[in-house]
Amino acid sequence: MPVDPRDLDALDRRLIDCYQRRLPVCIRPFARMAERLGTSEAEVIARLERLLALGVVSRVGPVFDHARAGASLLAAVSVPDAEREACAAIVNRAPGVNHNYARDHAYNLWFVMTAPDEAVLASRLDRLEATLGYPLLRLPMLEGYHIDLAIPIPWAELEGTCPP
Amino acid sequence: MSDSTCPSEARAQDAATPAGHLDPRDRAIVLATQAGLPLVPDPWGAVGRRVGMSGDEVLARMQAMAARGVIRRVAAVPNHYRLGYVANGMSVWDVDDAEIDRLGREVAAIEGVSHCYRRPRHRPHWPFNLFAMLHGHSREEVERQAEVLRARLGEACRDHRILYSSRILKKTGLRLGAGGPGSDTQRRD
Repeated sequence: MPVDPRDLDALDRRLIDCYQRRLPVCIRPFARMAERLGTSEAEVIARLERLLALGVVSRVGPVFDHARAGASLLAAVSVPDAEREACAAIVNRAPGVNHNYARDHAYNLWFVMTAPDEAVLASRLDRLEATLGYPLLRLPMLEGYHIDLAIPIPWAELEGTCPP
Repeated sequence: MSDSTCPSEARAQDAATPAGHLDPRDRAIVLATQAGLPLVPDPWGAVGRRVGMSGDEVLARMQAMAARGVIRRVAAVPNHYRLGYVANGMSVWDVDDAEIDRLGREVAAIEGVSHCYRRPRHRPHWPFNLFAMLHGHSREEVERQAEVLRARLGEACRDHRILYSSRILKKTGLRLGAGGPGSDTQRRD
């Protein structure tokens, strides 16, 4: 469930707005953030703890460039609805699978497979394909036009969508 | 992003980059921080105590990994679903190859679009070569965003679909296994 945005005060919102993209990698980073926000280091830490507890912030930490940490690929497979659960379980058990979504389309299972390098990735996909018995649609990223996950949060608008 | 496809996917042509960017001490720091930094005044010192390094060394290595691009950024990563972005759709488009790079950059800048990638077609079953993840507060908002994309792509676009996720069957953040990147020791989020 989404949180009620009214549970997030002005300081919470500024914390998210200012630091969802980047926080300082320096000595005493939370003190540096506090300086900019006009509050104390202890308050910044307490706020981040609360935002984590609420699930509004999923993690305070590094975002790694996965391209530099191995190989990965988006793949899809079209399986009969009756076999979808069993196929999803096979996909989930396959080594290196970190996302798996059911989608409303003839290609009804979508997942990302990762591996230390391209050769291992290819062999993992081949093995999974053989186990499933259905051909995989292999969709490597050829070009990334936008990989910044920051979305400006329209706080006022969000409040408008919440029942009073 | 809480429910988007493939945030942990590597760009194909870069994927051959050796993981050797990480020496064992870097790797130890990655393993100790990938679930999040300790929320204490001196997080680097706290990480250092866990991995047997000084806080100064942890900080210097974090900065170096950021400079090399291994760490893209350090951030308070928001969960957009919890912020009310409950609807998301993977929009896929069949775009003229001659125009796709220019249009891909334009589409990526449209509000509501997070990831935007070019991927190969697999005709006849899969004619789509441009992927744009759309995020909104409702399916209607996602549909409106798709209309904006459709208009922007114009005649270069022959067809499109929006694939909504009906269920999350597995979702794990990137976990560098102790045995190496992408190894089998990934943990569930």
